[in-house]
Amino acid sequence: MTDTERTITVTVNGVPREATVPVRRLLSDALRHDLGLTGTHVGCEHGVCGACTVIVDGDPVRSCLMLAVQVDGSEVRTVEGLAREDHQGGQVLHPVQEAFRECHALQCGFCTPGFLMTIAAGLEERDNSVELTEEDVDDMVGGNLCRCTGYANIKKAVHHAAAAMRDA
Amino acid sequence: MKPAPFRYADPRALDEALALLSEDGAKVLAGGQSLLPLLSMRLAAPAVLVDINRVPGLDAIEVDDTGVRVGALVRHSTLLADEGAARVQPLLARATANVAHPAIRNRGTTVGSIAHADPSGEMTSVLALTDGTVTVASAAGTEVLGWRDFFVGPLETSIPGGAVVTSAFFPALPQRSGTAFAEIARRKGDYAVCGAGVVVTLDGDRRVESARASYVSVGLTPEVHDLTDAVAGAPVEQADWAAAGELARTLVDPDTDIHASADYRRLLVGVLTERTLASAAAEAVAGATRE
Repeated sequence: MTDTERTITVTVNGVPREATVPVRRLLSDALRHDLGLTGTHVGCEHGVCGACTVIVDGDPVRSCLMLAVQVDGSEVRTVEGLAREDHQGGQVLHPVQEAFRECHALQCGFCTPGFLMTIAAGLEERDNSVELTEEDVDDMVGGNLCRCTGYANIKKAVHHAAAAMRDA
Repeated sequence: MKPAPFRYADPRALDEALALLSEDGAKVLAGGQSLLPLLSMRLAAPAVLVDINRVPGLDAIEVDDTGVRVGALVRHSTLLADEGAARVQPLLARATANVAHPAIRNRGTTVGSIAHADPSGEMTSVLALTDGTVTVASAAGTEVLGWRDFFVGPLETSIPGGAVVTSAFFPALPQRSGTAFAEIARRKGDYAVCGAGVVVTLDGDRRVESARASYVSVGLTPEVHDLTDAVAGAPVEQADWAAAGELARTLVDPDTDIHASADYRRLLVGVLTERTLASAAAEAVAGATRE
C-alpha cells in the first residue's frame, strides 16, 4: 500500500514525460535532475524565495513545496515552455520575457525563472483590460525574492507585459 | 536540504487513508506548504506520508445561513474567491487575503493551516473568533471538536496521530455585526509581526452590544478577548475604540522573538485593535442601515 519509489507520467510544456523517482523527490529536483529541465532554479528550498515557481494545472506553485509523485497525471509548465516556436524554427519570447529584456528587469538572473512563471500566470489569469495597480503588482510578485534589482524594473516589466498582452 | 526517506501512499478513499494513518509515524499530507519545509529542514521525519489530495469529497465549500463548512482540501485561493463564503462570514476572505503569497495560497489548505496550529496562522485565530469547530475522522469514528478543545499549544492539537481533520466550520456573522482583519508584517505576505481580527455587534438602537478580538502571532494558542467592557452601551458613533485598544493591551501576553519584542507586539495590539474595531463598527452600521 505504501511505496518508496514510483513511476510518474506528467505533461511538461505540452510533452508527455515519464520518470521513475524516489517518493521523497521534490518536484523542483525531479524537473532538474530526472527531466533535465534546469531552467527551474532552486534557491531556498523551503518555500520562501519563489525561484522554483512553476505552473501546475494552471496555477503558479512552489515546486520545492510539492513532491514529484504529486504531479502524476498533471500538466506542468516551466520557464522552458514560455517562449513559443515561430514558423521558421526560431522562438518568439513570451510577452513577460520580452518585457524583462526591454525593462532590464534582471541582473544575475537566478531569480528570473520564478518571476517569469509567477508573472506569466498572474497576467494570463487576470482580465488585462482592467487597469493593473501598483498594489496588484506587489501582490503578484511579493512572494519572489530578488537580491540584485531592487524590484523597480521588475515591477515596470509587469506593467509593460500587461500592456503588451492587452494589446495583443 | 532534502526530506529524509519515507514511505508514501495516496489513497482514493477516506477509510483507506485512516487505515494507513493508524501506523506509527504516519503523517497527513494535504497542501504541504508547512509540512514540506519541515521535511526538507528535517524538523519532521515521518515514516509514512499519507497524501489525501486524491481522496474524493474533501474539497467542498458548503455555505448556508448558519455558516461556512470548508473541506480539508479547499485551497486558500479557492476560499478567498468564494463570494458565498465571504457574504456569510466576511472574516474568511479578509483573513485569507493575508495568508502568504498567491503561489502558496494555490496549494495550501485552510483546514491544513488550522490543523498545523501555528500561532502565526491567520485561520486558527479566525476559527476561534467565529467560535468555530472542526470535524475529526479516525478509525474510531467521527467527532466534532470546538476550537477550545482542539488547540493545545503551538503546533499542537488534541487529536491523536491516526486522525485527520476533514472539515472546519465557521459560524455565520450575527446580524447587526461587522468585521475587520489587519496585519503588520515586514513585507507583504510575510508572517505577521502582529495581526488582529475583530467582530463588533450593535444592538437595535445602534449601541455597541459586543466587541471581540483575536490576534495573530500573539500568544501560544488562539484566544478570543472580550473588549465589550470598554465600549458597552456606547452609541456606535461615540464609542471609544482607543479605550478598547488599551484594554486589549492589558489582556494579551505576547512573546519576544527575533522579529519583535513583547512590548512592541503589545503596542501593535493596541493600534490594530483600535483601527479594526472602528472599521468593523462602520461596517456594522452600514449593515444595520440596510435592514
